[in-house]
Amino acid sequence: MLSNSLLLAVREIRRNALRSFLTILGIVIGVAAVIVMVTLGEGATLQVRRQIEGLGSNLLIVVPGQRMGPGMRQDAPAFALEDIEALRRSVPALAAVAPAVTQSATAIVGNRNWSTSVTGSDNSYLQARAWTLAAGRAFTEGELRAGKAVCLLGDTVRRELFGRQDPLGQRVRLTKLSCEVIGLLQPKGQSGMGRDQDDLVLLPLRTVQRRLSGNQDVAVIYLSVHAERSMQRAKADVEHLLRERRHISASEEDNFSVRDMREIASMLTGTTQVLTALLGAVASVSLLVGGIGIMNIMLVSVTERTREIGIRLAIGAREREVLSQFLVEAVVLSSFGGLLGILLALAASLLLARVLQVPFVLNLGIIGLAFLFSAAVGILFGFFPARRAARLDPIEALRRE
Amino acid sequence: MLAEPGSGALIELMAVTKVYGQGAAAVQALRGVDLSIATGEMVAVMGPSGSGKSTVMNILGCLDAPTSGTYRFRGMDVGAMSRDERALLRRHALGFVFQGFNLLSRTSALENVELPLIYRRVHSSERRARALAALAAVGLRDWAQHTPAELSGGQQQRVAIARALVTEPAVVLADEPTGNLDSARGHEIMALLRSLNRARGITLVMITHEPEMAAYAGRVVHVLDGLVERDAATGGPSDAEQ
Repeated sequence: MLSNSLLLAVREIRRNALRSFLTILGIVIGVAAVIVMVTLGEGATLQVRRQIEGLGSNLLIVVPGQRMGPGMRQDAPAFALEDIEALRRSVPALAAVAPAVTQSATAIVGNRNWSTSVTGSDNSYLQARAWTLAAGRAFTEGELRAGKAVCLLGDTVRRELFGRQDPLGQRVRLTKLSCEVIGLLQPKGQSGMGRDQDDLVLLPLRTVQRRLSGNQDVAVIYLSVHAERSMQRAKADVEHLLRERRHISASEEDNFSVRDMREIASMLTGTTQVLTALLGAVASVSLLVGGIGIMNIMLVSVTERTREIGIRLAIGAREREVLSQFLVEAVVLSSFGGLLGILLALAASLLLARVLQVPFVLNLGIIGLAFLFSAAVGILFGFFPARRAARLDPIEALRRE
Repeated sequence: MLAEPGSGALIELMAVTKVYGQGAAAVQALRGVDLSIATGEMVAVMGPSGSGKSTVMNILGCLDAPTSGTYRFRGMDVGAMSRDERALLRRHALGFVFQGFNLLSRTSALENVELPLIYRRVHSSERRARALAALAAVGLRDWAQHTPAELSGGQQQRVAIARALVTEPAVVLADEPTGNLDSARGHEIMALLRSLNRARGITLVMITHEPEMAAYAGRVVHVLDGLVERDAATGGPSDAEQ
C-alpha cells in the first residue's frame, strides 16, 4: 500500500512538474541556506582555531598596562631587557622568552615600496611565535649583540618588494635604515582576526631600539611554555616575578597583563559558533515558509482532485488510506525539496568556501538533520490538507465537477 | 463478516427515512421506504427527479446512512456501522457504476479497473490479470492502455462496469448508467449489464428514468415523494429489446 502511495505521489508530482518545482523551491532554499550557513560557520571556526594555534603553541603574551575596556589602556612603564633576562633565569617552565618592539615602517627596494610592520626581537621570537625559515638563516649572536642591520622577511613583504627575485643578500631600506636580507619566513596566511601575519620584517631587537624607536623599551614579551608544563602555573610564576620586578605592592593591581592565547582562541571560536547557530536559526525560518507553500499547494490539489477522492471513497478507501495518500505526497514533495537543497548547499558551500577562503567542513549531521526537517515539514504542513481530503463526503465529492 | 443470514434477502430496507438539513431547512427525502432485494435479482429503480431515488441508491450503496429505519445488508445493520466499516463493506461487497462514469482522468483503463483491487491489497501481478480479464469481459481488452479521454462515452462506461465487476462484488449499483449515452450505446450497456447479471449471478440495482432501459430489469421499483409507490415484476428479465 505504501509503495503504491509512493508511486501515486511521484506520478502526481510529475504531472504538475512546474507547479511542484515552484512549491518545493521554498524548501530547497531553506535547506540550502541552513546547510551553507552551518558549513561556512564551522569552516570559519576551524580556521580561527587553526590560525590561533599557528600563532605559537602554549603562547603567553605579556604587555604593559591593563585593559580597561574597549580601546582603553592604562599608562604603564614598558619592560626592559633586564626583565627578559630575569624571566629566562627564574621561570624554568618557559621554553622561549622573546622581547619585541614593533613599529610601522615603509620598506623600499629600488622603486618598490611597501608599508609594513617592523619587529625587533631575537631568535626566540621564531620559537615562541612558531615561525620557521623558508630560506636563509636566523640571526647570529654577534648580529644580535651588535645590533647589525640584517633582517628576515615575511612572505607578503618578500612578494611585494622582490616579486620573483631572490631577496637573500639584497638590501631593504626601512625609513632611514638599510639592512641586508638574511632569511625568509615560511608563510602563515591570515590570522583569525583577519590580519595578514606574513606582513612583517624581523630585525635584531637592538637594531630597532637604536636606529628606529630610539629607546631601550621592550613593548611586548612573547613566552612559550614547555608543552608538559601547566600554562596556569607558568602564567602565575610570570606574574609573580614581574610584580616583584616592577615593585608592585600587594594592594596594587598589576600594571601589566599576561594573556593566554588558548583562552583567546576559545573565546573567538565560541563567538563564531554562536554566530553560526544564529545564522542557522534564521535560515531555518525559510524552511517553515517553504512548508506553508507546500500546505497551500496541497490544499489546491485536494480541491482539484475532489472527484478522484470521491471515487476512491466510493470504491472503499478508508479515511486513513486517503489521508496517507495525500500525506505521502506532501512528504515526497518536501523531501525531494530537501534533497535538491542539499545538492544546492554542497555546490554553494564549496564555491563560497573557496571565495571566502574558509576551509570546507562537511557536516553530515547537519545534512541529515536538514533532510529530516524537510520531511517533517511535509508531514506537518501536509496533514491538514490530507485530513480535509480524507473527511470529504463521498456523495458530495462525486457530485463535484 | 460476509456470511449469509437465514432470512435469504440480500438487501432489506425497513421503514427507512432520510432527512437532509435541520430545522426549518430540513428536507424529507425518504419517508419510510421498505424494500427487499434477493441475491441474483436485477432491479430498476424509477422515479422523477426529486422523488428520492438517488437517496435510496446512496443508502443502498452505503455511501449514506438512513436517518431512521433499518438497512440490513446480508443481515448486517448498516445504520449502526461507522464510516470506515461502511467503506470496508463497499470495498468487499459493492460495485458502483455512475452516470458520469467517474473514471480517474489521465489514468489508463487498466489502472482504473485495478483501483478497487489496490484497496483490497491484491498483489500487482494478480491485480493486472484480473483487471485485464474484467476489461475482456466488457469487450475492451485491446483498450487497456487508453486513458478515458481517448475513449468514447460508451467505452468509458464499459471501463466503469469492468471496475465495478473486477472485485466480483455481491451487488452492483448503477446510477443512471445510460444517462450520458445515446440510445444505441445505452442499449449496449444495458445488454451487457443484463448478461453479467445472468451469467455471473451478480445482483444489480440501477436507477433510470427511461422505461425502455428499466425494461431490461426483472423488477421495477417506482419511487415517488420519498415512498415506494409501485414495486412490480416485469415478467422476468425481458428479452423485448433483443
